[in-house]
Amino acid sequence: MELSAILLQVLNGLDKGSAYALIALGLTLIFGTLGVVNFAHGALFMIGAFCAVSLQKILTISFTTIDESKTDFLGNPAQIHTPYVEKWFGEAVGATMIDWAVPLAILLAIPVMLLVGFAMERGLIKHFYKRPHADQILVTFGLAIVLQEIIKAYFGANQIPAPAPDALIGSFDFGVLLGFDPGTIIYPYWRIVYFLFAMVVVGAVFAFLKFTTFGMVVRAGMADRETVGLLGINIDKRFTIMFGIAAAVAGLAGVMYTPINSPNYHMGMDFLVISFVVVVVGGMGSLAGAVLAGFILGILESFASMREVIQLIPGINQVVIYLAAIVILLARPRGLLGRKGVMES
Amino acid sequence: MSSDKKPLNLSLTRRAVLKAGVATAAVGAAPMIIPSKAWGYANEPSGSTVTLGFNVPQSGAYADEGADELRAYELAVEHLNGEGDGGMMSTFSSKELKGNGILGRKVEYVTGDTQTKPDAARASARSMIEKDGAIMITGGSSSGVAVAVQALCQEAGVIFMAGLTHSNDTTGKDKKANGFRHFFNSYMSGAALAPILAANYGKDRRAYHLTADYNWGYTTEEAVRTSTEAMGWDTVAAVKTPLSQTDFSSYVAPVQASGADILVLNHYGANMVNSLTSAVEFGLRNAQSNGKNFEIVVPLYSRLMAKGAGENVKGIFGSTNWHWSLTDEGSKAFVKSFGTKYGFPPSQAAHTCYVQTLLYADACERAGTHDPCGVAAALEGFEFDGLGNGPTLYRAEDHQCFKDVLVVKGKENPSSDFDLLEIVEITPRDKVSYDASIFGGELGACNSG
Amino acid sequence: MLGLNGKDFLAWLFVLFLVAAAPILLNPFPEGSAFAQFNAGYPDLMQRFVIFGIFAIGFNILFGLTGYLSFGHAAFLGAGSYAGVWMLKLLTINVIPAIIMSTLVAGLFSLAIGYISLRRSGIYFSILTLAFAQMSFALAASVLTPITGGETGLQTQLGDPRILDAAATGGNIPAPSLFGLEMGHSWKVSVGDWLWTFNAGYYLCAFIMLIAFYIAIRIFRSPFGMMLKAVKSNNQRLGYTGINPRPYTLAAFVISGMYAGLAGGLMVSMDPLAGAERMQWTASGEVVLMTILGGIGTLIGPVLGAGLIKYSENIFSKINDNLLHTWFSFMPDGVENFMVTIVHPFVGKGWHLTLGLMFMLVVIFLPGGLVGGLSGLYKRLFRRGSHAQ
Repeated sequence: MELSAILLQVLNGLDKGSAYALIALGLTLIFGTLGVVNFAHGALFMIGAFCAVSLQKILTISFTTIDESKTDFLGNPAQIHTPYVEKWFGEAVGATMIDWAVPLAILLAIPVMLLVGFAMERGLIKHFYKRPHADQILVTFGLAIVLQEIIKAYFGANQIPAPAPDALIGSFDFGVLLGFDPGTIIYPYWRIVYFLFAMVVVGAVFAFLKFTTFGMVVRAGMADRETVGLLGINIDKRFTIMFGIAAAVAGLAGVMYTPINSPNYHMGMDFLVISFVVVVVGGMGSLAGAVLAGFILGILESFASMREVIQLIPGINQVVIYLAAIVILLARPRGLLGRKGVMES
Repeated sequence: MSSDKKPLNLSLTRRAVLKAGVATAAVGAAPMIIPSKAWGYANEPSGSTVTLGFNVPQSGAYADEGADELRAYELAVEHLNGEGDGGMMSTFSSKELKGNGILGRKVEYVTGDTQTKPDAARASARSMIEKDGAIMITGGSSSGVAVAVQALCQEAGVIFMAGLTHSNDTTGKDKKANGFRHFFNSYMSGAALAPILAANYGKDRRAYHLTADYNWGYTTEEAVRTSTEAMGWDTVAAVKTPLSQTDFSSYVAPVQASGADILVLNHYGANMVNSLTSAVEFGLRNAQSNGKNFEIVVPLYSRLMAKGAGENVKGIFGSTNWHWSLTDEGSKAFVKSFGTKYGFPPSQAAHTCYVQTLLYADACERAGTHDPCGVAAALEGFEFDGLGNGPTLYRAEDHQCFKDVLVVKGKENPSSDFDLLEIVEITPRDKVSYDASIFGGELGACNSG
Repeated sequence: MLGLNGKDFLAWLFVLFLVAAAPILLNPFPEGSAFAQFNAGYPDLMQRFVIFGIFAIGFNILFGLTGYLSFGHAAFLGAGSYAGVWMLKLLTINVIPAIIMSTLVAGLFSLAIGYISLRRSGIYFSILTLAFAQMSFALAASVLTPITGGETGLQTQLGDPRILDAAATGGNIPAPSLFGLEMGHSWKVSVGDWLWTFNAGYYLCAFIMLIAFYIAIRIFRSPFGMMLKAVKSNNQRLGYTGINPRPYTLAAFVISGMYAGLAGGLMVSMDPLAGAERMQWTASGEVVLMTILGGIGTLIGPVLGAGLIKYSENIFSKINDNLLHTWFSFMPDGVENFMVTIVHPFVGKGWHLTLGLMFMLVVIFLPGGLVGGLSGLYKRLFRRGSHAQ
């Protein structure tokens, strides 16, 4: 195996890992710290992705003109659709806005996801803090199905392409930088953006919890909710805000993921299992653990997909994440950095 | 083993029982035990209607494809019952269908959700057979489901007209006497694609395969490899990817450094959309390798997939069973009929489902019965034309249709949402035919319940 | 009676009555009437009711009694299914060896997985079981294709050896049977406009389910069951008394794994195909949902939960617009179309939406699941005050 091939998979792993870490980060806020088994987390991720799709749809809302010189598939005069943004802002500016729909969707996703999070917590989750975990599973799973069916009813089941801006399509040759042959270690710009974005979000969440008074109160509330309540602090309101932030993190992970994986209504369920595995392997109640686990699993998955490795152990690429989870959980009873007593019974 | 008893009790139709029931009710509602084997075949229609079962994916990744299949079935039922413009009935070479249903019985239908899972698909098909008295089951959007439901129909003694299923297995090692497939298969894709690829990209090429790790992926990789290697290509590597994979970066990244200059994506549906997206992201489409332009190939295309992959499909070769831009009379009639009713052109899945329904109805007419054994005999070796793919043969040995195969390419300048693929070549049927015995399997005997 | 106390014996009799009369009870609408689509009394669905009932009863022995939430029980159902089909292929088309072998193989498989997974508790245990099941699923669908048939599933074939049977005749694969009585064999009885189907396979499943239910009651009431409940309520204190709870939880795990295997064996006996997706996490999740929906730790709850989910899946998914129009055809045109538009999103391809809403409504309004919620409601309505607090 060549060094360049290994370096390439490390890069891949960092990128996959940042995706896992970002998806798991939102879940660990809700699940690992608020203690709610949230099976609707995947749905939040999916709604985030559909914020990007929606913005793209909004920007391409078009007026129709009839072009007599062309015909459509039935032989009728062709209808030409021109987006309003191109009419209002000029063709160049309008086209650029459509091109940048995915990054722009971040601006849409933050308020939307905060609202979704608040609504979900106030309307539903609030009543389930003291209910058994089983009830939380049932209600959030039901909610996930309902949310995804609503998306399916509007957007269909097929995948919807939501590409990165043209400027960010293409890849960067790290190999040349490190003295390897050109084309050996290339990496797409968008994935570099995704990695940096994930780092910024993870850093912001950590800083928020660590260095703000709000964060300190929330952390205290997680450790001992009653005492904090007795101190006259309105912990409920803060938990609601935490839930909103967690939803926003999940949503942002979804928005930025759309150029990598064209979204469909089912994508949340596809990521649900992996995000639970990442959170638990990281250790319940530990944000750093979730991030660490995300990177470890991402890098392992990348290495397992190398054809030299598959030839050695057929099928390893199918199971590596679960195998790693089993080994880690057997070696470390509470995952990588888990706190004692969180969801152990 | 007793072979006189039948696996599922279907020997009685709902309506026949109803009549019998009404008769007893008149006598005084005394319970009447109905003998289990009184009539000739499973779910024999005796009233003025006949029920078909449309078993399509309505949830899961292929739900849109399933919805299109269902539209085609509804259209076919309309046409069979003499409503609408008759679609391909007027271009079909057999003139048995009169628009008065099937054998004079009005066509009714039931629908179900396969969920693209063999278990769920069989449950749905069994409910159609046991509860609704369906005499024929059709539909589906994956080979796993097709093989599973085909085996069930064989056991239950009803006809199965496969929907979209592309694996060689359906009419190869898993073929059944009661099952029929109009759609093409992996072998034909490989045979049709290879000459076009050689003509466009040269005979001195090195291919890297990414293959979805399940039955269809295996047969497709095998077919494309064999036929391209026969043209002189080398296969550098073939890597299996999990069906559940969503991010293919770690599979795509090493391709360029491997010395390959062609990437073949043996993926379908979401797998294909995502792997192609990754490949384009990694700049493979603009890359140079071995002094040649790097190229990507997708053996099986569908318009819905092309839509999901967006810009990324431009210029990429693949094969397809049928495309709405075909200009033969049958295709034109079908596109007009479908487009007028629904406002957009039909997909290849819709086409094959519509054709299968017509072929079944026509076979009943020619056989003069709904008896699966009679219908099967009428379909076996049937030569027809006017249904969109040119002259077609339903081969008796394996119940596979042989017809022209389309090689298509992602269109550079699409004029609409549907105009995503352009036809590069119509490979004639004798170029894609093969010996019926090469995939093994046994057809068995027809079962009429 | 039969070693059960009066109340339990009544419950068992009640279930006996329900399953025996199911072909009649589940077909309340006359044939051909507008609502005949809601009839569930056809062999496939009735078989599914009792088979998933067995699966859920077994799952409840683990989850309901010990509180250990396994998210990988579908692996045992799948392993049992594969073992069953292999028996039908290699040994005989008679279902008895298949059912026995399914149970045993699933028992061994669950012993191995349980032994490892039970080293952890709580969520860590859940994720371990999930990981094992997902590995089984992924491997069964891909690299183990020669053994499992891959994504297409494992089926009986014409060329199977079936060493105990005479060679198949007539070019058709023999159907699973019980000493010659084919599982698909049905007796149909019509009374007036009603048609009832009494299916041999269903009654075999029902008979085995009654035994399984009986055993579950005995386990719930036994000292062993008490010990399991102690594990749930206070694992730590149990440890202080010098008792090692692990052998007990492992036993519960293996028993529930065997129930899952039994269910898998019955599934392939009714319909000889085993697909890999039977092992997927969604299938494991389904049995968890069935148990919670019906009522964790209650005897009859899981069976009701299984029935409700399977009913929604098989009945609502088959309602199409055509049928809706016939239902509402008595209304004026405008109202008819309006009603169809209203109902349309919840049926046919929208059946998942109905299921999701049902989950939410049940858990919001009936805490404790169907059984817990309904009995709570009953108490509140009729015995107000006596059970306050």
